[in-house]
Amino acid sequence: MDNIANLMHGFSVALTTHHILLMMAGVLLGILVGVLPGLGAPNGVSLLLPLTFSMDPVSAIILLTSLYWGALFGGSTTSILFNIPGEPSSVATTFDGHPMAKQGKATEALSFAFLSAGIGAMAGVILITVLSGWVASFALRFSSPEFFAVYFITFASFIGLGGSSPFKAIVAMGVGFALASIGMDSVSGNIRLTYDFDVLLAGVSFLIAVIGLFGIGELMLTMEEGLRFNGISAKVRARDVLKTAAKLPRYWVALLRSSAIGIWMGITPGGPTAASFMSYAMAKRSSRRGANFGKGEPEGVIAPETADHAAGSAAMLPMLALGIPGSATAAVMMGGLMIWGLNPGPTLFTDRPDFVWGLIASMYLGNVVAVIVVLATVPLFASILRIPFSIVGPVIVVVCFIGAFTVASKEFDIWLALIFGFVGYFFKKLDYPIAPLILAMVIGDKAEDAFRQSMIFSQGSLSIFWSNPLVTTLMSLGLILLLMPLIGTIFRRLRALGKTRAA
Amino acid sequence: MKNFSITAVVAGAIAIGGAGAAQAWQPTKPVEFVVTSGAGGGTDNFARMVQSIITKHKLLEQPVVVVNKGGGSGAEGYVHGKAGKGDPHRVVFGTNNAYLLPYVAKLGYKPADLTPVAALALDEFLLWVKGDAPYADAKAYIEAVKAKPNGFKMAGSQSKDTDQTLTSMIQGATGAKWIYVPFQGGSAAATQLAGGHVDSNTNNPNENVGQWKAGQVKPLCVFSPVRLAKSDPVFDGKGWGDIPTCKEAGLPLETFQMPRTVWLPAEVPADAVTFYEGILEKVSQTPEWKEFVSRTAQTGRFMKGKEFADFVAQDEAANKKVFEAEGWIAK
Repeated sequence: MDNIANLMHGFSVALTTHHILLMMAGVLLGILVGVLPGLGAPNGVSLLLPLTFSMDPVSAIILLTSLYWGALFGGSTTSILFNIPGEPSSVATTFDGHPMAKQGKATEALSFAFLSAGIGAMAGVILITVLSGWVASFALRFSSPEFFAVYFITFASFIGLGGSSPFKAIVAMGVGFALASIGMDSVSGNIRLTYDFDVLLAGVSFLIAVIGLFGIGELMLTMEEGLRFNGISAKVRARDVLKTAAKLPRYWVALLRSSAIGIWMGITPGGPTAASFMSYAMAKRSSRRGANFGKGEPEGVIAPETADHAAGSAAMLPMLALGIPGSATAAVMMGGLMIWGLNPGPTLFTDRPDFVWGLIASMYLGNVVAVIVVLATVPLFASILRIPFSIVGPVIVVVCFIGAFTVASKEFDIWLALIFGFVGYFFKKLDYPIAPLILAMVIGDKAEDAFRQSMIFSQGSLSIFWSNPLVTTLMSLGLILLLMPLIGTIFRRLRALGKTRAA
Repeated sequence: MKNFSITAVVAGAIAIGGAGAAQAWQPTKPVEFVVTSGAGGGTDNFARMVQSIITKHKLLEQPVVVVNKGGGSGAEGYVHGKAGKGDPHRVVFGTNNAYLLPYVAKLGYKPADLTPVAALALDEFLLWVKGDAPYADAKAYIEAVKAKPNGFKMAGSQSKDTDQTLTSMIQGATGAKWIYVPFQGGSAAATQLAGGHVDSNTNNPNENVGQWKAGQVKPLCVFSPVRLAKSDPVFDGKGWGDIPTCKEAGLPLETFQMPRTVWLPAEVPADAVTFYEGILEKVSQTPEWKEFVSRTAQTGRFMKGKEFADFVAQDEAANKKVFEAEGWIAK
């Protein structure tokens, strides 16, 4: 129970007017950063970093983490309203969030998203409070084969998810893998697929792909369908926010499962993007209303949002305890820790308890502040849908291209976003899913590195994936998920055969 | 036509007069610090530390903007530096990869596209093993590796980069042979060693200090001609200064260090180089910089002009020998 006492001490550090104001400022900035596609939490945090040089470390990390929470929330807003994910981790929120908005249920979708995100984040923070010591030693058991197994589970849960044909999902995934392999290959130290174009040295950012495939692609489709949003008739009432909140407890199973997936992916570290995809896939497979997924099912919003935020906050733990950043944003914050004179690592908890527990306490407070602030903005955001498309459309185009430029300040990325826009349009016309492509771009190169490192470890033997109980369990789970749709089909065929024979 | 030439002559005269009358070069717009690593990497910490010191002591009139261009092991940043040819408002921060990368990969820049400014510190390399490993010193570990070629694993950051080069040098000097496993960065190599998935790594002090403090890893020796500066004890009563040099420990490889370097694009005015040399020298003398260097257990050593050029030439020759022996030179 030491942890609880420490946490109370942390609250006494974090709970000052100065800090609460910093949290609100951070959250508001974060929402802004999250709403703009491309800007994203990692960029927002690095832009703000120089401001924190003169602050004391606790205030500085509170400001930065609040910005992070705000960005995670803001990213879902545009996913739901315009089908344009502000953050890669909110791609999965578009699947059901946007259809809900189209049906005039934007308020409900936004409220579900924010509330479940808040719950997910809380689950992540509670885990950090209770299990910090255990998780730190557990994460040390992860090596390349285990990492690969975790990525494998994510991919496996996504193939055969239904919607379009599994083969199209594999094609989209393959394109994603190819794009992810552009640039420096850290295992061989060689440059791949750049064809001597310097602009490709750093690879193709998945943020650009998200902006183009979703943002620009979606706008082209909207224009084709007649220059208007379908959600115009939506009535926006503040009361709806509370009504939605009252409905939330019904989805407790989804909330629990998604929190667990999110926490798992945050500490292993698969990251929030993989977590939200996996959680969506799992929800669709296990929900009784699975057939409604993709058509505006609230559970399809709750699942990815909860997991996204649970992973986002759980990812702070490996950063603090081991010095491995669980997400891109955590990596930037770790740079900050060094500048403030702290060494992230196993002893940070004992060396600087006031800092660590102040931060953890601020995660509780920051998330409460964030949920209140974003819920207050729901009516405002939902009203955006009532503005005529001829005004909002061009604004979105401009924001998309500015976002594309901000990712790495490269002009080339603007053109790339445009090309991805066309690709996204044709993908939708030909019924190819975009999500597997994004997923492969986000974790494809990590999965590849992990696989090839494993092969170096074992000198080329695949048996390394069954070499200890942990990796065996993970790998088997992945294989079962991969083969389940196939087995299901075979069973149905066999049963049908049996019936015809009997008849 | 006549008019034009007169204007040109006048303009030229003004330009020459202006240059003569002007004081030393000063930045006239915000200065861009190009970081040749991703956020959170060693070079990132280096550049942001310099930025925070410059801001705190108001060493520059103009604001400083830090941009990360770490693609292609840093090549992206150097290519960005090359693109700023003649523009002294673009300062590139890196390591020895500035002049080593073009050897091992075909990239869009050559060392001649950059103007050397200065080096501020030398990052050290140590041989680390797991905290509970049965080896008392470097010699015992090397003997164990020699007894079982390819039976031990060495973790490092990236491929054909400093860690793998050093591993190759140790192999050359001792006859031992490891399986080298490249990871994304030093922090991954550190946790892999702490978790016992590999047998050793050659991390910089700063990359392993957290694990050492917790007793999960222990240093065997440092690849430096002299011991590191004395420090407070880190673990078990031992500090950085208590680690023997590799030569003392019976590993016949004296030096392997990585300079923290600063560059400008090609064809910048000599005044501008002098200007930045001055600022960086001031940075290297501040208490904040000294604190940073000692906290990360680097060796503070400011080099500019000929001293820096000589260091580069020597370092380049030593590395090139390994690249050639390993067949890494890109055609």
